[in-house]
Amino acid sequence: MVKYIDLLLPTLLETIYMVSVSTLSAILLGFPLGILLVITEKGNILENQSINSSLSLIINISRSFPFIILMILVFPLSRLIVGTTIGTTASIVPLAIAATPFVARIVENSLKEVDKGIIEAAEAMGANNFQIIFKVLLPEAMPSLILGITLTIINLIGYSAMAGAIGGGGLGDLAIRYGLYRFKTDIMIASVLLIILLVQIVQLTGNKLATVLNKKR
Amino acid sequence: MISIKNLSKKYTSENKIVNALNHINFEIKKGEIFGIIGLSGAGKSTLIRCINRLEEPSEGNIFINGVDITKLNKKELRDLRKRIGMIFQHFNLLDSKTVFDNVAFPLQVSGFKKSEIKERVERLLSLVELSDKKDEYPSQLSGGQKQRVAIARALANNPDILLSDEATSSLDPKTTKSILSLIKKISNEFNLTVVLITHEMEVIKQICDRVAVIEDGEIIELDTVERIFSNPKTETTKSFVSSILNNSENEIVYPKIPNSKVIKLNFLGDTVKKPIISQMIKNFSIDVNILSGNINELQTTSVGNLLVQILGKDKDVNKALNWLKKEEIRWEVIWNG
Repeated sequence: MVKYIDLLLPTLLETIYMVSVSTLSAILLGFPLGILLVITEKGNILENQSINSSLSLIINISRSFPFIILMILVFPLSRLIVGTTIGTTASIVPLAIAATPFVARIVENSLKEVDKGIIEAAEAMGANNFQIIFKVLLPEAMPSLILGITLTIINLIGYSAMAGAIGGGGLGDLAIRYGLYRFKTDIMIASVLLIILLVQIVQLTGNKLATVLNKKR
Repeated sequence: MISIKNLSKKYTSENKIVNALNHINFEIKKGEIFGIIGLSGAGKSTLIRCINRLEEPSEGNIFINGVDITKLNKKELRDLRKRIGMIFQHFNLLDSKTVFDNVAFPLQVSGFKKSEIKERVERLLSLVELSDKKDEYPSQLSGGQKQRVAIARALANNPDILLSDEATSSLDPKTTKSILSLIKKISNEFNLTVVLITHEMEVIKQICDRVAVIEDGEIIELDTVERIFSNPKTETTKSFVSSILNNSENEIVYPKIPNSKVIKLNFLGDTVKKPIISQMIKNFSIDVNILSGNINELQTTSVGNLLVQILGKDKDVNKALNWLKKEEIRWEVIWNG
């Protein structure tokens, strides 16, 4: 039992560490991109066809890379940001980069659901673009944004299993190394169960938050 | 107050140029309730949205208090919009904010202090009789209540002008009535100029002082509501007016008696109250058969219509009709037997 805990606890913490930091980074990078995608589309407050289509293209391209390739491609960037290309911290860089365009699309979809009439009403009141984004678009889309972030976190938990390839550690890595390579089925089952538990907790929390926000309106 | 000069709006849709508005000219006076009526696609929505430049005019000028708003830059335009309230058909309230915060929103946008916002919002909510709902969310309100919140929100910055974009079109008749009387009350109280668009003549009848009829991007008739009601000139206007009268003359079935005439009489103002028909029968040797009639109460006066069939010798009938003219009753012959 002690052996299990010694093995599982540090890897669980590694997973939580990788996923939370990369989620935060992806939100910081992806939100502005998603907002930009929406406000530059046709008929919106900062309509700009060339920015919109080039941004969309870049996002599509970066989403097309298989994650395992992306991890290797961003080595120079990882070295620049965290000083190394292997280890848990180093794997945060490709995770964040993989999740950023995903978050951008999630934000785009959520903001597009906001009724155009509400934006127009805000414009008619003399609100500037900054006020429309932060006081109208984001608050109105909040429940949908929260569900989108939940989806991102769960995707990142899955991706983080591949981080083992560059020595990232984490639960997924443990399952592969012990279960697949060394036939320790019990460890594999334990780590997979932990991942399932983690995903459940994230999803339930996200659902709960979105419901609470929705109930008020 | 608002002066629209040579206003045109064109846009391209599927490579075709659509003339939404065609060289429109008119003026709206301070404090009046000005209605714009038209069928869907006539251009009324485009027209009202040009007044706060939610729609950019392609040509022409719009002067508000002498300032040409088509020349304003973005910052000046935002300041102008704070002086113009607007309400919408679908209310457009912020679902994520309470009633209080919805009304507070334009004040926050304008950068008012918190204490001042609180005081103003409370006063506005009591004006629209929704003080008890201030902590509720829009989804908990009825359509009429939502529009009241929207009206309070539109008035938050003490505007000079209120634009109403089909504000009662998604409400039931009873709620429509109460929203219209609220707009009327506010307009009187604050000397607010109201521009409203609608496709319902009932709305025009209930609160407007003057009305413009718009069709295919052009204003085809513009006059006081009494004159539009009593003497509509174009077919479109006639059909709008008859839409709220009980019967139009085309639908009335009357016996086609030889040597009789079917006449439509038109009463305006004080003549509504006079016993014209009984006097006419006493004075001339004619018989009168009443086919249909109605009276509409407008803002400042009443308009009545009466469809009668007059039987008698041509000489007597003509005398009677001449007498009607002297009594300032307008008439027209609908059928001549």
